[in-house]
Amino acid sequence: MKKFDLELAVGLFMIAGIICLGYLTIKMGKMDVLGKKGYELNAVFSNTGGLKTGSPVVIAGVKVGRVKRIILDDYRALVAFNLPLDIKIQEDAIASVKTKGLIGEKFIEITPGGSEKIIDHGGRIRDTQPAVDMEHLISNYVFGKL
Amino acid sequence: MATFARLADMFLLRKLGGAGLEYLYRMGVMGLFLLKAFFYVFIPPLKFIRVVKRVHFIGFQSMLVIVLTGGFTGMVLGFQGYNSLSKFGSEAFLGPMVGLSLIKEMGPVLTALVVAGMAGSAITAEIGIMRITEQVDAMELMGLNPYRYLVVPNLLAIMISLPLLTAIFDVIGIFGGFLIGVKLLGVGTGTYFGEMASYMAMKDIMEGVYKSLSFGIIIVWVCCFKGYYTGVFTGFGAEGVSRATIQAVVLCFVLILAWDYFMTSLLF
Repeated sequence: MKKFDLELAVGLFMIAGIICLGYLTIKMGKMDVLGKKGYELNAVFSNTGGLKTGSPVVIAGVKVGRVKRIILDDYRALVAFNLPLDIKIQEDAIASVKTKGLIGEKFIEITPGGSEKIIDHGGRIRDTQPAVDMEHLISNYVFGKL
Repeated sequence: MATFARLADMFLLRKLGGAGLEYLYRMGVMGLFLLKAFFYVFIPPLKFIRVVKRVHFIGFQSMLVIVLTGGFTGMVLGFQGYNSLSKFGSEAFLGPMVGLSLIKEMGPVLTALVVAGMAGSAITAEIGIMRITEQVDAMELMGLNPYRYLVVPNLLAIMISLPLLTAIFDVIGIFGGFLIGVKLLGVGTGTYFGEMASYMAMKDIMEGVYKSLSFGIIIVWVCCFKGYYTGVFTGFGAEGVSRATIQAVVLCFVLILAWDYFMTSLLF
């Protein structure tokens, strides 16, 4: 019984620790454990303005996916992101980099299009809008170019 | 008179040199101790049941203290964070502030300090008493390797249990902050957790794990070393054990905080 107690206690401790570690990595670290089925789309932006891997992708304010990677391609940013299989993106959809609040983090918003054609896995959203450069905008306003 | 002064100078110089060499020698012994400990980790047979016992001792028995310190740390962070952030009207960032400071700094460091104070001092006292009562020598005489029985199980057990304890500390702390920030001060639940999740990356969590792993190695290294060399460096007898324990805990604390700085600047 003594030995059983020892192992039970250690087991309890390990389980508690692993649950906490799992909570942190999955909930906070945004690790995809189960590898949810989805597909990947690309979009090319002239300026991502600080978009990061793991930044959210939203449609109508609802988070649907995450940015998977950002690489430089011909002096522009090629952003790949994941979407669940049941969300279809039309060929004429618009992807834009937006900011949450005035100084918040960056995310990609997809505005659905009206086309019949659906973009397949690995396809590219052609219509994109780069991040708004807040300083540029303010300087335009101050110097009266707007 | 001049010759006397010169003699005194020489004496002082010699003392200084002797002390310097002595410290250099001790550092060398300490370094070799760590190397040997790691060497015996990979040499079978591994005393598995001893590792489990040490996980019970280091991990399970520290759990209650970790839960208490974690909870109160999170609650204090909730109060202080809310207080500072509300001056800028950005209470919404309470979640990221509590979460990031817990996961990157407070969690690993405070857990390591608690474990060093609890388990570390016990390890030093235990091994120190075994040394001064010549049990370690008896082991060697019987052809048993003291490293395998005394050091390796502790090393493995702390490398398992310290990251887990840190994770428990972090989660309890986050919920402590939630209790104060959301339930008492009125930040939205979704704001607290949503903002926290959006500002936290896998990198931050891994930083905490790396830190707690290295702190664990520091604790076992220092505490086992101080206990193992009790007779040699701190004198025999009960006083030697008490001195070794004090030295172990103090050195642990200093090394943990100093190493934390270097880890942070390295991983920044």
